[in-house]
Amino acid sequence: MASPSDLLQYVISGATLGSTYGLAGLGFTVIFNTTEIINFAQGEFVMLGGMLAVFAVRWGGLPLAVAVLLAIGLTTLVGVAVDRLTIRPVRGQSVIVLIIITIGVSIVLRGAAMLLFGKDTYPLPGFSGGAPIALLGASLLPQNLWVGGITLCTLVAMKLYFDRTISGKAMLACACDRKAASLMGINVDTMVTLSFALSALVGALGGAILAPITLTSYDVGILLGLKGFAACILGGLGNPFGAVAGGVILGVLESLSAGLISSGYKDAVAFVILLTLLFVRPSGLFGRRAAERV
Amino acid sequence: MRRFLYACAVGLIGVLGWTLPAQAAEPIRIGAIFSVTGPASFLGEPERNTAKMLEEQLNREGGLLGRTVEVIVYDDESDATKAVTAVDRLIKRDRVVAVIGPSTSGSTLAILPKVEEAKIPLISCAAAKKIVEPVKRWVFKTPQSDALAVRKIYQHAKKAGLSKMAILTASDAFGAAGREELKELATQVGLTIIGDEVFGPKDTDMTAQLTRIKGTAAQAIIVWGTNPGPAVVARNRVQLNIGLPLYMSHGVASPKFIELAGPENAEGILLPAGRLIAEGQVPPGHPQKAILANYIKEYESRFKQPTSTFGGYAWDAIMLVAQAAKRAKSAEPAAVRDALETTRGFWGTTGEYNFSADDHNGLTEEAFVMVRITKGDWEMLR
Repeated sequence: MASPSDLLQYVISGATLGSTYGLAGLGFTVIFNTTEIINFAQGEFVMLGGMLAVFAVRWGGLPLAVAVLLAIGLTTLVGVAVDRLTIRPVRGQSVIVLIIITIGVSIVLRGAAMLLFGKDTYPLPGFSGGAPIALLGASLLPQNLWVGGITLCTLVAMKLYFDRTISGKAMLACACDRKAASLMGINVDTMVTLSFALSALVGALGGAILAPITLTSYDVGILLGLKGFAACILGGLGNPFGAVAGGVILGVLESLSAGLISSGYKDAVAFVILLTLLFVRPSGLFGRRAAERV
Repeated sequence: MRRFLYACAVGLIGVLGWTLPAQAAEPIRIGAIFSVTGPASFLGEPERNTAKMLEEQLNREGGLLGRTVEVIVYDDESDATKAVTAVDRLIKRDRVVAVIGPSTSGSTLAILPKVEEAKIPLISCAAAKKIVEPVKRWVFKTPQSDALAVRKIYQHAKKAGLSKMAILTASDAFGAAGREELKELATQVGLTIIGDEVFGPKDTDMTAQLTRIKGTAAQAIIVWGTNPGPAVVARNRVQLNIGLPLYMSHGVASPKFIELAGPENAEGILLPAGRLIAEGQVPPGHPQKAILANYIKEYESRFKQPTSTFGGYAWDAIMLVAQAAKRAKSAEPAAVRDALETTRGFWGTTGEYNFSADDHNGLTEEAFVMVRITKGDWEMLR
């Protein structure tokens, strides 16, 4: 049987891994809240955040902090471009068409990254060194704290944005009813663009702070997008808090099943639990029931 | 404009007319299938580069049997189905004398029936021992089988007095084959495996598996996989402060691994590797010394990137075909095959090949040396 310090280690590892999923999941929430689109290019935003940061350091020789900010800025611009070039021209279409378009966008972004950066995996230095910190018999990296801290800050900032600001509320209004929102004087197109920018920003931030732990390559977006989506579903689509909590729960489940049951079946165990949870609560742990729209 | 085009056409014909008489005979065509793109591109790209480089080199030296050599490379995009299409094209349209590759075991196994049926020799650049065991008449391979790497590791472990091992393998084809081999050979050499963990090839955190191993009485850890998984393991074991000896497979024997893991995390890792990566430490009298030094010099000046063991597999495969054709004095597939099978004492970048009717890999564990990663570089152990 595992000792308490081992258990703690599993939980710490799982929580770090889970914040990865949570951060990827956060971006889904923003776009979903404005447009009801599941943006399958979200994983690619995460990838771009990490890869652009790596190459700003490698090619540009920039200091790490500048490189990360630059990567986030550029990815945000990519997010805007994705909306202007692919979503806005067909805005009248049904949601499912738009979702399929985002799948296409993800393939294009991944391909472009492969051509530009090559097919190798790259490391990024940790923000504050790589010496592990011991904690009650378990150990964690300084970067784990960065990930935890930044995830929390992002979460709080988003919560405040959606609850307290006019543009945040305007975004939510667009999701509820586009027509009514535009009748209220909200520029729906601008809001959609803004939501793409915001979710690209959150995704890129995630990618950049995770790269020192997970390494990055042109194709990390696939897995992160998938797990992030699972995190969203688990937490309840549309709820930023749910996305992060869902991610952390998924990560801890994976880590515990690898540690306590079998590493060969860890994904299977985690997903079986996920499916069972959804069976009991189809709207996710923290989601409100659908059908309440008036 | 028209006049310009006309001039171009005349120029082109002139150039062709000038070169043609020198190569009156049909060129000798060697086919190659490499995973130049896709997940296995880390194998296929250096292989393609090497093949192209050797093509130029052979022709510079007057070709083979007085004919020019043409290496036709197709990219299977790391996809077995595309490898099958490619081999069809090589056999039926390009009428090649031999096929080099594919880069991956999966693709190689998929095209075996095709080359057997067409009676064209195949020299695979993939690792799985299933390719040449049981021996197939037309199929050879250049990389060392996993079993040789496992033997080398176990030899080293036994000598160091270790007896209880924990293994941590990737859940892809390479990792699974290694896991099988590790478990099978352990009983033969009298080692026990007391931890058996698995990780997904794309996993980004292995602390759970390592914590589990830490809780056992294992005296050493053996990790089997290709980048980036093992690099993550190297990082995680430092994070968890695990001081056990850490063995890895030849699958990570590239500078990329040290870069990904970070030199401080890779410190002390032991692995079997071909001599290529530690060429500087191969003693001057060694038969491989000149081959390795030349290959590295040519490749690096031509492609401006470091060589890898994988490119070496393609070097060996093409040179094996070339020497077989020379000895057979023929570029007929059947004659080349027969000459290949009688190849003895041929030194390539990987090791010394001694093919025979019941060994189509022809290497022993001597093709490997144990290296230790020290200060971000390879240190050859004696």
